[in-house]
Amino acid sequence: MNTQNIFDEMRAGDGQVRLLYQPFSEWLKGVDHAQLMQKSREAEMLFRRVGITFNVYGEEAGAERLIPFDVIPRILAANEWRQLSAGVIQRVAALNAFLNDLYHDQEIIKAGIVPATILENEMYRPEMQGVDVPGGIYAHIAGIDIVRTAENQFYVLEDNLRTPSGVSYMLENRKMMMRLFPELFRRYAVAPVEHYPQVLLNNLRAVAQPGVHDPVVVLLTPGAYNSAYFEHAFLAQQMGIELVEGQDLFCKDNAVFMRTTEGPKRVDVIYRRIDDDFLDPLAFREDSMLGVPGLVSVYRNGGVTLANAIGAGVADDKSTYTYVPEMVRFYLGEEPILSNVPTYKLEKPDDLKYVLEHLAELVVKEVQGSGGYGMLVGPTASKQQIEEFRARILAEPDNYIAQPTLALSTCPTLVEQGVAPRHVDLRPFVLSGKTVTLVPGGLCRVAMREGSLVVNSSQGGGTKDTWVLNGDKPC
Amino acid sequence: MLSRTADHLYWMARYIERAENMARVLDVTDRMSLVANSAYDEAARWKPPVLIADDVAVFERDYGSYTAANVMHYMALDERNPSSIVSALGAARENARAVRVAMSSEMWETVNALWLELRQRIRQGLREADIGEFCDWVKSRSHLFRGVTFGTMLRDDGYKFVRLGSFVERADNTARLLDAKFQLLLPNEDPTAEMDYYEWSSLLRSVSAFEAYQKVYRDTIEPTKVAELLVLRDDMPRSLHACYDELAPILEQLCRQPGCECLRLAGENHARLHFGRINHIFNSGLHEFLQDFIARNNALGIEIQRAFLNSPD
Repeated sequence: MNTQNIFDEMRAGDGQVRLLYQPFSEWLKGVDHAQLMQKSREAEMLFRRVGITFNVYGEEAGAERLIPFDVIPRILAANEWRQLSAGVIQRVAALNAFLNDLYHDQEIIKAGIVPATILENEMYRPEMQGVDVPGGIYAHIAGIDIVRTAENQFYVLEDNLRTPSGVSYMLENRKMMMRLFPELFRRYAVAPVEHYPQVLLNNLRAVAQPGVHDPVVVLLTPGAYNSAYFEHAFLAQQMGIELVEGQDLFCKDNAVFMRTTEGPKRVDVIYRRIDDDFLDPLAFREDSMLGVPGLVSVYRNGGVTLANAIGAGVADDKSTYTYVPEMVRFYLGEEPILSNVPTYKLEKPDDLKYVLEHLAELVVKEVQGSGGYGMLVGPTASKQQIEEFRARILAEPDNYIAQPTLALSTCPTLVEQGVAPRHVDLRPFVLSGKTVTLVPGGLCRVAMREGSLVVNSSQGGGTKDTWVLNGDKPC
Repeated sequence: MLSRTADHLYWMARYIERAENMARVLDVTDRMSLVANSAYDEAARWKPPVLIADDVAVFERDYGSYTAANVMHYMALDERNPSSIVSALGAARENARAVRVAMSSEMWETVNALWLELRQRIRQGLREADIGEFCDWVKSRSHLFRGVTFGTMLRDDGYKFVRLGSFVERADNTARLLDAKFQLLLPNEDPTAEMDYYEWSSLLRSVSAFEAYQKVYRDTIEPTKVAELLVLRDDMPRSLHACYDELAPILEQLCRQPGCECLRLAGENHARLHFGRINHIFNSGLHEFLQDFIARNNALGIEIQRAFLNSPD
């Protein structure tokens, strides 16, 4: 990768600070490295005390880690945000239309745009075929991962439509920044994000089954040992709803109830943060202790709403990703605002041949992988890693896609040696209820290691606050 | 509220209360061992804490002898001992973590900070000489938790379950403490013995009742008065009577079904304390009375569990 061409969020190619970052840059000159490190430690202490942690699988039992928090914000102008947010709203609208179509008439398959082989995808749930969900909404909460390569060039890296996480960090990071650097918020008119839980709750209430007047909404978590448990607890608290585990719920008379100290109480909408496979031992994995026996049957009969819907994962699969621009055209009759990254599907012989010849330049991902596991970043991989991956691809080509290594933009980041550019991405959270909306911001993830393109928290990536400004200029 | 949430809140409070009581017992034992010319040898001195926790068989199997170091380690730090301070605080934090949304964030932060600091202390190593400071720390954290709860928690059912847990546990602990001390002290009946002053005053200090005793009785320390203070006086915060003065009204608010067994059990226990006379209790045996009370209090705990916390479909 040619490092000369990497877009830096703060500095233009000639080293000049971009207009948007000028007040920040001025401020930065007035604080020394030690002060910033001190603020950084203060943030770490506060996060730990509040328990803003994630659990790490496969390590010492009960190990809780902090996601590194970077004190330097990423700043976006209003016009950049307009383009971005219009793009993700359009995309999520198309994805919901696609899911509704796929589980009903399958017009897009009949039109020859998406191949019928999609029905063989593991994430396609035949149980959902013909089931009507309120408002035709499947992905009530979507996290769309976006990277930037140039001034006005944003790419969607992937769509997360199952149980996307990270929104609590968007909110907590903002709170932390306001606490650590109140003076910066006087220099910048930063659009607020704190109302996210209210928007989410309104949307969840709006998708209760018709006829329910005062819907009871709950958040279903796998429990305190899940890696995202902090977020589940945080969101439930912010929305003022019960945080339930599978054992708290039971199904009876085509309805779901929770066990309370005053007896059973009916539940209308479940914001579930448990994967499809574990939702109901009677329908999916019978060894699941996390789910609620009979839930799928009640759901199919309209006794409860699940957010996100069962079977939404078929649309965020990395092999389905390539069709999303076509979905935008097919369902909305619009041109896609955001670009897809060109993607090679290794089930196609030509693509496979090309990819095997260019492994050292490409990023190869497992079709259903997530969290940065099961991927090869060609340009930074060793010869041995490349050869190992070659063998895996040859054994199961259908299981992989490949993409050119994008020159992800960088943002100044506080590291031991000082402030240095590190690669970033952005995950805004798109909410679908009566309307499709999002709050101005998202989870900015940053690869803390020099040159690394892997921003996932499970791989040591950190987070930043993202500032969307009210205008196109700093103030 | 969710039964599971109520369960976690109830047990969180019980475990914090348990840790506090354990710290009180250890602290007092430790201070008494410093008093010169003790009438007891080290083993006799250090057995009561284990007796109070009802753990004699396990302790003797794992540790053998009742030395100060062994007992301190077992009661404070041994993670295999479910009643140790470390186990109790760990369990309190696990319960809190599971329902952190059901309490105020200040409560959660207090429990979490307590746990983080505990781990820090253990990492640095806890020396025998530090035990007093460590016990003070545990007690002060428990006070802080109680204060934060009182000052910040919504007065909803969750609050009631927290209080319920504290008082069920405290009643149990006070009864055990009293029982163990009386078993150790009474056979040695010499009311003028100088040592007894220290023994009885140490018992009072362990439940922060020394000053209260002086105020109430303005008299030398006598076993029957100590027992009266800790069993029957309703103005003594850690007495059995005071615990039931708190418990009974909470249960009245929580029991929304008529004929609730919890309410009956609590009322029955309450009446015995409310209308009891200390000379009657001594006549039929304090030990028997306390053993009976511990069993009744335990039965109430089981009934609370059945009625609210693990309710069947």
